[in-house]
Amino acid sequence: MTVSTAIVGLSREQMARRAAQDIPDGAYVNLGIGIPELVAGFIPAGREVIYHTENGILGFGPPPPPGEEDPELINAGKKPVTIKPGSAFFHHADSFAMIRGGHIDFCILGAMQVAQNGDLANWLTNAPDAIPAVGGAMDLVMGAGNIVVVTEHVTREGAPKLVEKCTYPLTGLGVVTRIFTNLAVIDVTKAGFVLREIAPGVDVETLKSLTGAPLAVADDLKTVSV
Amino acid sequence: MIDKQVRSPAEAVADIADGSTVLIGGFGEAGSPIELIHALIDHGAKDLTVISNNTGNGRVGLAALIAAGQVRKMVCSYPRSSNSKVFPELYRAGKIELELVPQGTLAERIRAGGAGVPAFYTPTTVGTVLAEGKEHKVFEGREYVMERGIKADYALVKAELGDRFGNLTYNKAARNFGPIMCSAARVAIVQVTRFVEPGGIDPEAVVTPGIFVSRVVEVPNAAHESVLVAQGVTYP
Repeated sequence: MTVSTAIVGLSREQMARRAAQDIPDGAYVNLGIGIPELVAGFIPAGREVIYHTENGILGFGPPPPPGEEDPELINAGKKPVTIKPGSAFFHHADSFAMIRGGHIDFCILGAMQVAQNGDLANWLTNAPDAIPAVGGAMDLVMGAGNIVVVTEHVTREGAPKLVEKCTYPLTGLGVVTRIFTNLAVIDVTKAGFVLREIAPGVDVETLKSLTGAPLAVADDLKTVSV
Repeated sequence: MIDKQVRSPAEAVADIADGSTVLIGGFGEAGSPIELIHALIDHGAKDLTVISNNTGNGRVGLAALIAAGQVRKMVCSYPRSSNSKVFPELYRAGKIELELVPQGTLAERIRAGGAGVPAFYTPTTVGTVLAEGKEHKVFEGREYVMERGIKADYALVKAELGDRFGNLTYNKAARNFGPIMCSAARVAIVQVTRFVEPGGIDPEAVVTPGIFVSRVVEVPNAAHESVLVAQGVTYP
């Protein structure tokens, strides 16, 4: 009996730390639920970014200490947040004017599947009893300036999440520019997926075997620095 | 004299007829007008079309209204959450209709309805199943989907301060859909934490001008959905 060694790669925090390095100083940023939320904790020193949440806050901060939660001060994941000096509240139509109007510079989302042309599926599986729920995902991907994805490289069952063509219902067409996984940093280009950085201890052939579409390798391939 | 103040949530919702379309404010529990919703449950109007971002939690507020069988159709962006059982059960049983609308499109449809704009084009949903059957048009080389403005018979909204003219302020992220829902309803019914005299709200700080509001009822210690759910409260 052979025992296969599961490839772990980066932790959730390391993925978030790597993604945070791409956020420029001064950006207005929207973070999706899950690993993307962690990115806020890893913005490199010296950069100031302002976080937007769909439910009407610019400039929110980390969760409050236990006991100080305010049910009317929450983020899009309906979790308690705090506000920083200089924050603003606004109604939902203004909030999505910021998104759809192209005023949000950077958006980090989770994914169920990303296709080699940048198509994103992250709102609904094909399960027959799934309750369809889309939230603000489709508005974000069509409106925000730069859409990047942070996700595990494969599903819990080991299936590739980076694919030739999404089999789940799409959130948006050709919207993703870069993918941060636990194994690699991969750009979405007109020619398909291009491997830019690889996690320590992972080799290119293994990565290709875990990717559901052709994976070109950048000439200046680097190891992910976390 | 103009006086939009009404004495109780029951009085505020008393004329909502069967078959009405009702906008209900709130994003999750933030801004959910629980006392007005409970008054609507007591009132008993049925066959309602409810437009709200979510479908409620536990068996209080919006979830209780749905559980009471008063809602024929939900229009919302996110009809489930970790603690929403009522809607998913009825939906799977085919006992309630769902119109799923992306959150930004929902907000803009409501804003447009209130602003007298019957339809608009948005890039959201292009190429997805939610754009199927909708009119598409290309502007400046990019494809858009036509969406219709939403107008409703009533809105139930939670605000912070209100005066007899209907001027309103809100509390933090509880503002969410409140202002646009007030403008899109023929009759906007608002529960406020505190009723103030005219002038009690700085005109520079008015968020919803009273012209969009028909009724204001003071509910000083409004319940929070998560607290009720944690206490195991069910309504009625």
